[in-house]
Order: sequence, then C-alpha cells, then structure tokens
Amino acid sequence: MSALAMDAAGPAASGPRAVDEHEHGATKRIIVGYGFWIFLISDIIMFAAFFAAYAVLTDSTAAGPSRRDLFEIRTVAIETACLLTSSLFCGLAGIGATYRERRLFYAGMAITFVLGAAFLFLELREFAGLIARGAGPGRSAFLSAFFALIGCHGIHVTAGLMWLLTMVAQVFAKGFRDDVLRRMLCFGLFWHTLDIIWVALFSLVYLVGVSR
Amino acid sequence: MSSTTGVQRETHADIAPGDEHGAGDIRKAIYGYLVGFALATLLSIVSFTLARSTMVWTPSIPIALSVLAIAQMGVHLVFFLHITSGPDNVNNLLALAFGLLIVMLLVFGSLWIVSNLNHNMMPMQDILQMQR
Repeated sequence: MSALAMDAAGPAASGPRAVDEHEHGATKRIIVGYGFWIFLISDIIMFAAFFAAYAVLTDSTAAGPSRRDLFEIRTVAIETACLLTSSLFCGLAGIGATYRERRLFYAGMAITFVLGAAFLFLELREFAGLIARGAGPGRSAFLSAFFALIGCHGIHVTAGLMWLLTMVAQVFAKGFRDDVLRRMLCFGLFWHTLDIIWVALFSLVYLVGVSR
Repeated sequence: MSSTTGVQRETHADIAPGDEHGAGDIRKAIYGYLVGFALATLLSIVSFTLARSTMVWTPSIPIALSVLAIAQMGVHLVFFLHITSGPDNVNNLLALAFGLLIVMLLVFGSLWIVSNLNHNMMPMQDILQMQR
C-alpha cells in the first residue's frame, strides 16, 4: 500500500486508499483491520468449539430423528447460493467504497442485504419446520448441538445485516470519510468470514450428514 | 496475485487484512472478485453433486467433501479476504495460522478424546443391568 503511495506523485496525490500515511509505522487502517482480523479469528475459534460439540454428538440422537432423516439439501443449496453471491456483492460494495463509486457501493450493499435476508428467511423456515416435526433443540443432544451451531451462524448473519444498514446510513450521512471506510473494511471482513464459516457448515454438517 | 504489479521494493510495508496489494485499478479489483466467485461456485457445485452421487465409492465421500471445503475456504481467503502469502501479509497470515492451530486442537482433540471415552464405556445394557 505504501509502496503505491510513494510511486504516485508524492503521498498527497496518491491512490484512493492512501489515508494518514506516515513514512514509518502502520497506518490507522492497518491497525484497525488487524485488530478486527484478530477478533474474527477468535470468532472462528468459538465456532470451532460449537462444531466440536456437534461432531461429538452427531450420533447421540436419543432414538429420535437422525441427520439423514432431517436435512433438506435443496434448501441448503439455495442458502449457499444466496450467501456466496452476497459475498461477491459485498466485495463489490467494498470496492465501490474504496474507489468512492457511490452507485456501485449502494447497489452492492442493497443486493447483499436482500440475499442475506433471503438466507436468514430460509434458515428460519428450516428451523420452524424441524420444530414442527418434533425435532426441536430439546429432542436430543444431536439436535441441541445442531441448533446451537447453525443458530450461532444465523445470529451472526443477523448482526451482519444490521451492521450493513448502519454502514449504508453512515455513508449516506457522512460520505466516504476515512473512519467510515475503515468500518467498511471491517464489515467486508466480517461478511466474508461468515461465508467461510458457512462453507464449513454446509460441507461438513449438511452434505456429510446426508451422504452414505 | 497482483503483488508483482506494484512497485518492486526492498522493504514491503504491511497491508491491512482485506486490502489488496497493488490494486490501483478498479477493473482489476472487480475482476479478482469475479474469479474468486467463479472458483467458489464451481467448488460448491462439485460438493453438492458429489454428496448426492452414487457413482463414487461412498466411504470416500466425507473425505472428498472435507478436501473440497478446505479448498473453497482457501479460495475465499485469497480472493475475498486477500489473505495471501505475500511479504506484506505476514502478520495477517501468522494470526490466521495460530487460529487454525487452536481450531485443529479443539476439533480433533474433542473427537479423539470422546471416541476413546465411547470405546471404553460399558455397553448400555450392562449399565442398565447394574442399576437393577
């Protein structure tokens, strides 16, 4: 980043990302991003704990329904498509913010929100269906661990959607200020990390669950 | 991927996670996301078809799915989060490596310990017998 700034005609006239850049030491953008990255890694570790609990309890069905009876792969496929596409548009919105392209930013954020909300709707519908069939979180240790793991991801998506709206409001009210851009960097990291966690969930919980 | 397009310097400054080194062009930045999206979609489709297919030797499917998942997470990391192995990314990568170490200890440690416990546990009928 700083190499780029030096290359342009002095630090003042540099590219879109040159913020309060000094000769030595990290910029505020690097410090904020790195701190948030550490938080995200701790979040991933928390998910690993839930995942370990699920992996250990998958066969503890207490004579109730097992994963082969419950999971609907079609819904999971649509959920995956929603979240993956939303990740692309979140990235495009981030580019829009970095290059101060308002239209790209707003369009990307709007599509990200719609797809994220669709994902959440499908997940809640799946949960409601399971509970209606008597396979709620109280049925067996397996279902407790399943609801905890998938529900925790769902809560994260919900928080992400609220954060998304906040970011749109901030850009609308304050413009592409440096602090707003730093928050946007963190939001992008958060949303992409949720997608990475979902990759682990759909592969190792749902797909491995219905195979064999 | 794009570190060679930047200026070649002896000392590399660090880069914030999520930022891309040497992305001075908006088209290039968008192109990177599209490539990542295409790769991730491809890997997802392969995973979903593999899970349902009956053409493959079935005991291999969970392992194949795990490998595909790890590959897709790698694609996401590189193309979406821009966590690469470049010299400007060392801190970000080290933090991730430490996180992965803890994740592996947590998941495989739990599985190992509990499978041992299950193995050593008395069969359920014997327990019920003793309770009488």
